[in-house]
Amino acid sequence: MSNIDISQREFKHYPEKKRKIKGSSIITFIFLAMIAVAVMIPLYVIIVTSFKTLDQITLGRIFDLPTTWTFEGWNKAWSEVCSGMTCNGVKAGFFTSIKILIPSIIISVGLASVTGYALALWKIKWAGGFLFVLFICAFVPFQVIMIPLVLITAKLGIYGTFWAVAIVHGVLSMPFLTLIFRNFYKDIPPELISAAMMDSGSFWRIFGEIILPMSGNIIIVVLILVITGVWNDFLIGLTFGGFGAQPMTVILANTVITGTGAVRYNVDMAAALLTAIPPLLVYFGLGKFFVQGISAGAIKG
Amino acid sequence: MPEIIFKDLVKQYGYVTVLEDLDLKVSDGEFLVLLGPSGCGKTTLLNMLAGLVEVTAGEITIGGKDVTDLDPKDRGLAMVFQSYALYPTKTVEGNLKFGLAAQKLPKDEVTKRVNWAADLLQIQPLMKRKPAELSGGQRQRVAIGRALVKNVEVFLFDEPLSNLDAKLRTEMRLEIKKLHNELKKTIVYVTHDQVEAMTMATSIAIMDQGVIQQFGSPDDVYDNPENLFVAKFIGAPPMNIIAATIAKTGDKIFAAHAASGVSMDLSAYEFTSEPADGDKVYVGMRPEHFVIGDDISGKEAAQFELPVLYAEKPGSDGSAYLDSGDEQIAVRVETAMVKVLQQPDARLKIAFPDDRFSVFDASTERRI
Repeated sequence: MSNIDISQREFKHYPEKKRKIKGSSIITFIFLAMIAVAVMIPLYVIIVTSFKTLDQITLGRIFDLPTTWTFEGWNKAWSEVCSGMTCNGVKAGFFTSIKILIPSIIISVGLASVTGYALALWKIKWAGGFLFVLFICAFVPFQVIMIPLVLITAKLGIYGTFWAVAIVHGVLSMPFLTLIFRNFYKDIPPELISAAMMDSGSFWRIFGEIILPMSGNIIIVVLILVITGVWNDFLIGLTFGGFGAQPMTVILANTVITGTGAVRYNVDMAAALLTAIPPLLVYFGLGKFFVQGISAGAIKG
Repeated sequence: MPEIIFKDLVKQYGYVTVLEDLDLKVSDGEFLVLLGPSGCGKTTLLNMLAGLVEVTAGEITIGGKDVTDLDPKDRGLAMVFQSYALYPTKTVEGNLKFGLAAQKLPKDEVTKRVNWAADLLQIQPLMKRKPAELSGGQRQRVAIGRALVKNVEVFLFDEPLSNLDAKLRTEMRLEIKKLHNELKKTIVYVTHDQVEAMTMATSIAIMDQGVIQQFGSPDDVYDNPENLFVAKFIGAPPMNIIAATIAKTGDKIFAAHAASGVSMDLSAYEFTSEPADGDKVYVGMRPEHFVIGDDISGKEAAQFELPVLYAEKPGSDGSAYLDSGDEQIAVRVETAMVKVLQQPDARLKIAFPDDRFSVFDASTERRI
């Protein structure tokens, strides 16, 4: 047998096959275009309106570009707009939302990942029953348990603080997130966990050193779910925040609904955009990992 | 001295019994291979020894200590898995170090052991790589290394070579055998590959349907199969088994094979219990024990002249498959003969020596 030097081989160029556009894909394109338009047109109106002067807005022609671009609306929305008696803009709500977000991320991701790990990889008595209860809990509507939860947080003395909002968020999202983590961890090869049992046998050490470093993708998926869920939430913030801890969405609603005098559309639009930007940034920043994370469990290398 | 003893071991999953009243003793320094077809319970047995699968009933002791209900990490074992089970986010070095996670050792001792194992397995240059950047053979070495650093007396291997290609498998086989010779540790090794079993083991336990069919040295298992299952399982091509009827004339015992009309003289066979006239038996003959063509001296116990079904040459030896009327008979032949035997209507004269038979009772399928 003679040795073949691959580098000496002549490179043959094959013409690329022409792809035909099929009828079915045309319909898909039309469908997607319609959805895009349905989202893009209102978004366009909101964005241009937020940069317009109030004078131009009163003319009515909502699709026109601003004649003079101004940040006046954005400034007012950020720091001057009134919510009830206080006029500090949505700024105050922004920081409250951040204060709510961080503990709820820690509570929900922390609880859910450890519980999911335990349920998926350790032999636990009644694991099946526990999983079933979690499954049920994940689908109980919040409104049903709202009043008991208000009583509980009031008893704990945290009602009306951001802690109440954060803890309620954390606890309510925990069942669903646990199921996500559990399903992800179920796909870890059983031999790997067997090896770890023989090597270490410590619940926390295996979690910290072996399992957690493998969970990057799923943690990002869960982070996106939690961040957008907590940030966009209105009802929990309204119910548990009281006057002391109103998240951004609550402030936004107050300003838009309870404005006195002429409706300042540019300020309202800017406030809405300011509130919507953080989750959007999360999507743009982590979206790539989000897709990877979703498909990670589906295809095994 | 760690002697492993399984006593009346039972494993049930629900109503399915996987292992039934299993007794086995592995002496110190032994290389025991658990051999059997898929689903025979060999991996379950290994996992029970490792503590990864719960014992339904019975007892496992290692070095006189009852470990039946101990945690895996407390049993003083190290295990190498079929899929290697390396930690994907850790480097090779991290993998080896995690092997010592349960033993609280000083840092320099950990480094010493990791370096020792890396040198022994020649994986020193790979220490900073992740498992995904290693080839199959390298991963296998790392997995063995992770077991070696623990410095335990008993090593468990769960089909460690089945994911490797044929060439690497042979290399790693020799290497594992070499490690056993150097380190003198007790090894329990699970495989379905009889070549691995025959070449590496100091003793083999052949399992089927949760029962140990035979336990003995490789030679013993090969030459004196205890029952029909073992006879058919060991050897490639496997032992030829033909059904025959005992016929006694005077002090001579013959086994008559109806389909070919050949009578085999079993007078020289050492029966453990002599069969009666007319008893049904199975006669086993290894393919390589046949005397062929001109080498036949006439003193053999049986002579056949049979049509050749086909002949092949898979490597250094040739095999011919003959039609005995009912069963096919595999015969090892010289490679030079294969061409001749491949011609149509070829016939082959074979004979079998009187001291190589294995005879089994037809109803119990046990050796008699």
